[in-house]
Amino acid sequence: MDSYGDLIAADDVLLFVNAAITSTGQCEFHSDEGEQWLSLDFLHAYMLGNYRDLYAAVLALDINDHNAALVIRHLLETAGEATADQRRSEGRLIACRLATLPPQRVYGLFGALRRAGVNNRRTRAIMRDWLSTRPDLAFDAVKYRSGLKRALRHAHLVPATEELGTFVFAPLTRKHYATPLLETWRRAHYEQAALYELPYTAAEGFAAKHGIPRDVFLERIAPRMTRQETLRLQESAHKRGATAVRADLAGMPLTRLATYVLSLSVEDRLRQRAELTRALESAADRVAGSHRRSWGKVTAVLDDSFSTFGSVHKRRRPLAVALACHYLLAALADDYTGLWTSGRTDALLTRPHGPTPLGRRILDALDIAPSRLVIVSDGWDNAPPGLAAEVLRIWRTRLDPERRTSVVHLNPVYDAADFDVRRLSPTVPTAGIRDAEDLPALVELAQFAEGRTGLAELTTYLDTRAARMTGDHDQERAR
Amino acid sequence: MTTLDLTGLTTRPAQVWGAVRLVPLVRDEPVADLRLRAQLYGGAAGLVQVGPRHGYVSYIPHGFVATWTGDGTPAAAYGTQLSASDDDSAPTAVMGLRIHRRTARRQAGDRLRFLPLHLALEGYLALHFGGPSFAWEEWSQRAIRQGLSPRVEEAYVGAEIREPSDALRVFEIHPGQCGVLVYVADALAAVFVVPHPDDYRTLHPTLLQDLYGELIHHYVTLMPPVQDFRARIPDAHIRSLAHLRTAVAEQEDAWARFHDTTMPTGLLEHTYAWQTVYRMGRFTLSRFLPTFRPKQENHIGEAITDDTGRIAYLKTFRLSENQVRRGHLLSRLAANNWHLADTAVDLGITEAQLGLRLESAGFGHLLRQDVLDGYRKRRQRF
Repeated sequence: MDSYGDLIAADDVLLFVNAAITSTGQCEFHSDEGEQWLSLDFLHAYMLGNYRDLYAAVLALDINDHNAALVIRHLLETAGEATADQRRSEGRLIACRLATLPPQRVYGLFGALRRAGVNNRRTRAIMRDWLSTRPDLAFDAVKYRSGLKRALRHAHLVPATEELGTFVFAPLTRKHYATPLLETWRRAHYEQAALYELPYTAAEGFAAKHGIPRDVFLERIAPRMTRQETLRLQESAHKRGATAVRADLAGMPLTRLATYVLSLSVEDRLRQRAELTRALESAADRVAGSHRRSWGKVTAVLDDSFSTFGSVHKRRRPLAVALACHYLLAALADDYTGLWTSGRTDALLTRPHGPTPLGRRILDALDIAPSRLVIVSDGWDNAPPGLAAEVLRIWRTRLDPERRTSVVHLNPVYDAADFDVRRLSPTVPTAGIRDAEDLPALVELAQFAEGRTGLAELTTYLDTRAARMTGDHDQERAR
Repeated sequence: MTTLDLTGLTTRPAQVWGAVRLVPLVRDEPVADLRLRAQLYGGAAGLVQVGPRHGYVSYIPHGFVATWTGDGTPAAAYGTQLSASDDDSAPTAVMGLRIHRRTARRQAGDRLRFLPLHLALEGYLALHFGGPSFAWEEWSQRAIRQGLSPRVEEAYVGAEIREPSDALRVFEIHPGQCGVLVYVADALAAVFVVPHPDDYRTLHPTLLQDLYGELIHHYVTLMPPVQDFRARIPDAHIRSLAHLRTAVAEQEDAWARFHDTTMPTGLLEHTYAWQTVYRMGRFTLSRFLPTFRPKQENHIGEAITDDTGRIAYLKTFRLSENQVRRGHLLSRLAANNWHLADTAVDLGITEAQLGLRLESAGFGHLLRQDVLDGYRKRRQRF
C-alpha cells in the first residue's frame, strides 16, 4: 500500500506530464500567453524542487519540444544541487533527448543557457557532444549561423576546421572557401544564381537583398525547401503563380497533414477529397503500424465546437488533433464509429463551429456498445455544463460496473488556471495529447491517471521508457 | 402598457465566464423578411439631431440598418446586396464629430438606419423633458423656459470592461441562435434579439460596443465568479441507457424552465409604456419605458415587432439606481402636474424633503434658489 505522500507524488507527476505534453506557452482559446507561461513556469519549478529524479525521467516521455528544452535548461541551471548519480542519469537522458530535438530548438536552448549565464563543465560537455554528432557543421553554419556562433563562443569550442571558424566569426574576410556550401554562400552575396543552392531560410534573406520578385524566388527555390516549408508555403506560392512548390502529401506526418487539411477552404477540400483522404489514411496506417486493426470495436467522440479554433498562435490545433485521431482510430480499430459534437458526419469538411454538447454525444456513443470509447475534447462541456460528467459517472457506477467498455479522455489543451488539462469526470482517466501519433502511448499512460496505480508502478513505467530511449540512442550511435 | 413577450425564442444552456453568464436564445423559425446589419461609425462622438431644435451628444460606435420586404419574401441583410451604393458611408479618420439626423432614419424605400439603444436612451432622456407644465412659483425661470435641458446620463462601453469582452470572445454560438441574455453577477444586464441567426453571428461582437449601466460596471469589477448550473442526474432509478437518455432530456428541460421562470422576471413581468417610432411594412420599431419602481430592476429598451406581436429585434438597457430614482421623481411630478406639495404628499414626505431629493437627484437647478435655500434651512433646523 502506498503512503499518502506517494499518491500525491504520482498525482503531481501525471499533472506535470499532461502539462508538458500540451502546453507550449502560446495563447489558447481560454487563456492568453502570459497566463500559460506563468502556470507552466510554476509547474517546472515545483517539479524540479520536489521530484528531481522524476522531473528528469519525464524527458523520456512524449512531452513536446518546448517543454523538453525547458526541462533540460532547468536541469543544467541547477546542476549543483544534483548528486553524482543523478548527474550521470540526467546527462544520458539529456543527450538522448537533444538528439531527437530539431536543431533550431537546440540552438535556441543553447542561447537561453548563455543568457541565463549557465556555463558549468557539464553544460559545455553536452554542447560539445551534441555539436560533434551534427552530420554537417558547414550546413549548420549557413542555416543557423548565429546559433552556432553563440554555441561555439559560449562553450569555448574550437571549430572543426580553420575555414569554418573564419566563416562563423569573420565570414567575408576570405576570398575563397574550399567547402562548396560555404563558397556558395559567399558567392550568393554577389551572384543571384548562387542563392538557389542555399537552404530556403538563408536564401530568403539574399532574395530580399537582390530584390528578386517573390514568385520567381519561390519557383526556383522549391527543390531546396524542407518538407514542412513546402507544406507551409504551398498555398501562398500558388496564389502568386509559383506552381513548382508542391508538397508531397503522401509522406507527411498525420497531425501536420490534418492541420493542412483544415487550413483549406471547403471548396478546395471537396475538389481534392480523394487525394486528401488517401494521404490521411496512409499517414494513419503508418502510425498504426503493427497495431493495425487490433483495437476491436472503437467509438470516438470528437469535439469540433467553436473552442477548437484554438488561438491565432495555435490555429485550429485542437481540431486538427481530433481530425488526426479520427483517422488513426479508424486504422487501429476493427469496427470504428466517429461522432462529432456538431453532428457532422463528413470528417473531411469539419470546422470549428457551435457549442459542445458532449453529454449527448457520449450517450450516442455508448448506445453503439463499443469495447473502447475515446473522447477527444478540450473538456469545456457547456451544453449543458457537467452533463458529460454525469453520464460517464452513471455509466461507470450503475450501467457498466464490470468495465466492459474502457473509456479514455484525451485533451489537447492545457488549462492554465487548473495547472492541468481539464477533466471531464473523476471516473474517467484524462491524458493530455499534442500529436495524434502519440495516441497509443497516451492511452497506456492514461491508466495511471485513474488513480488505481501508485507511485511504484509509475516509476517503473518511467524507468522502462527511459531505458528504451537511452537504449535506442546507444544503438543509433553504434551504427 | 403591455409586458414583453419572448414567445418563439427557446432558452439553451448558459455559458459562464467569470461573473458573466450568457444565456443563448434560439429561434425555432427565423424571421426571413427582416434583416439587420451593423454600420460602424468608428469611435467618434456623435451628435444626434432628434428634432428641429433638440439634439444630444453621445458616444455612438455603430448603427443598425434594417432591411425588409413588403410581401413576406426573404430579405437580404443590407450590405450583402450587390448594389454597393452606400449613401451613408463610413466617416473619414479626421472627422471627430458625426451628425446623425434622428435616431431612426429611412435610407431607402425598404431600409431604415437606427442607432441601437439610443432610441431607448433618448426616450428616457426626453422623459418630461419639457419641464414643469404649470408655472408654480417654486420652479425657477430656467426650468419653465428651457425645461430639463441640458440633461446628462452616464453609461459604460462594454469593450472597456475586460470580463464581458472575454466572455463574448469565448462564447460558443449555438446553431439557430438569434439572441442572448447577458447576466452579470446574475443580474440581468441586457437582452439582445435579432431576426435571423446569420444576423446574430455578425452582430454578436457589437454587444461589446453597447452601453452598460453603472451597476453592471460595478458588478463586473467587484463580484466573484458565478457558478455554473451543472447537470445533476439522480442515479438511483437508472437501469438502462434509455432511462439515462430520458433523464438527460429532463435535465435540459429543467434548466430552461428554471431560467424562464426565475432569472429574467425583472424584465418580463412588468408593464412598459410603448411608443411607436417607425413602421416598416408589417414590422413596427418602438421603444419602451418602465414604470420606474425605485430599488427594483428597471429596463428601458427598443424592439421591432411583427404584425402578430412577435419580437423580431430587441435590445434593453438596465438603468442604474440613480437613473431609476430620477425617472421615478420626474414621473411622480408629472402625474401631480408638477405641484410640489401634492407630489410630496403622494410620496409620503414633506415638501422640503422632496426639494432636497430633487437636488440630490441632480435637478436642483429646476427650483428657485431662494426656495431651495429655504428647504436647506428647514433641514438644518430639524
